[in-house]
Amino acid sequence: MATTAAAPADRGAPELVAPRSPQQRTKPGAAKVRSNFELYAWVFMRISGLLLFFLVLGHLFIMNILDGGVQRVNFGFVAGRWASPFWRMWDLVMLLLAELHGTNGLRTVINDYAERAQTRFWLKMLLYTSAFLVVTLGTLVIFTFDPDL
Amino acid sequence: MPKAPAGTLYRGREGMWSWVAHRITGVLLFFFLFAHVLDTALVRVSPSSYNEVIEVYKSPIVNLLEVGLVAAVLFHALNGIRIILIDFWESGPKYQKQMLYIELVLFVVLLVPAAYRMLLHTAETLFGSAA
Ligand code: HEM
Ligand code: HEM
Repeated sequence: MATTAAAPADRGAPELVAPRSPQQRTKPGAAKVRSNFELYAWVFMRISGLLLFFLVLGHLFIMNILDGGVQRVNFGFVAGRWASPFWRMWDLVMLLLAELHGTNGLRTVINDYAERAQTRFWLKMLLYTSAFLVVTLGTLVIFTFDPDL
Repeated sequence: MPKAPAGTLYRGREGMWSWVAHRITGVLLFFFLFAHVLDTALVRVSPSSYNEVIEVYKSPIVNLLEVGLVAAVLFHALNGIRIILIDFWESGPKYQKQMLYIELVLFVVLLVPAAYRMLLHTAETLFGSAA
């Protein structure tokens, strides 16, 4: 975490606190309490992971193992599946969870490897733009699907 | 290569390699999902353009890549459950290594029959039916 101890050198080294003293929630001098975003993101990764375990492995089993596997997939196959609200919901929840889970995962990866603030910023903008496009397009496709096209 | 400092419990050991593999498979899945939502979106363009792209999924080489994709998902999914158990089960950290070996056994036991089913059709078109 390169950014935590970002006190400029001319202000002296950051103060060393005694071991095991309670975590400091505010920057010295700052009034605002830090947000719990990272905690919620951490919890979300675990809850979405648990749900994706069944959604994605179920999807792969249906698509690649059951009946003729991928050889039977075509427009008619999708039309048959999306005639049922159950499979539309399955796909929608899977789309949202997988994209958010993956985006948050990649945010961590970018934070780990991109060291320049500018690089981080633009990589994350690219990431969030692509996530927005994927979620929007995927959702539209599920809701506007037309079997008689 | 410099030797790892004595007494390290993590670097170069099971915990580190499973983390590396979890990260690589996660990033891979993210990029696949991007392409996959685009190919599925072709159902809104026309049945024939969707069918044309889905034909690619049925070709022998891509079929082989799909086995790789299933392997990546399977590893990431099983290892994700292991991470959750390490975090929430009181003995999780103590048994993280044992859980990794159980996970790898499950991985092989599930992947082998899946790969067999997935590649059967391709093998038959390439080499003719065995029967
Ligand atoms: C080779 C493996 C795969 C095949 C053959 C496959 C096939 C399909 C098919 C035919 C659909 C159309 C909708 C339906 O029939 O339910 C679909 C949709 C979808 N798949 Fe897959 N899939 C594969 C792997 C994956 C993986 C690994 C993920 C998750 C990371 C995934 C996530 C989705 C999502 C989110 C949708 C909905 C797309 C949308 O909203 O437009 N698929 N897949
Ligand atoms: C199939 C069920 C899945 C499970 C059980 C699962 C579970 C997890 C867990 C527990 C983490 C760790 C989060 C942390 O360390 O805070 C994680 C990370 C991650 N996951 Fe998943 N996941 C699943 C599917 C997916 C899918 C479909 C994608 C891609 C769209 C994905 C992409 C990632 C990425 C990029 C990371 C970050 C890796 C890192 O920081 O090293 N995962 N996953």
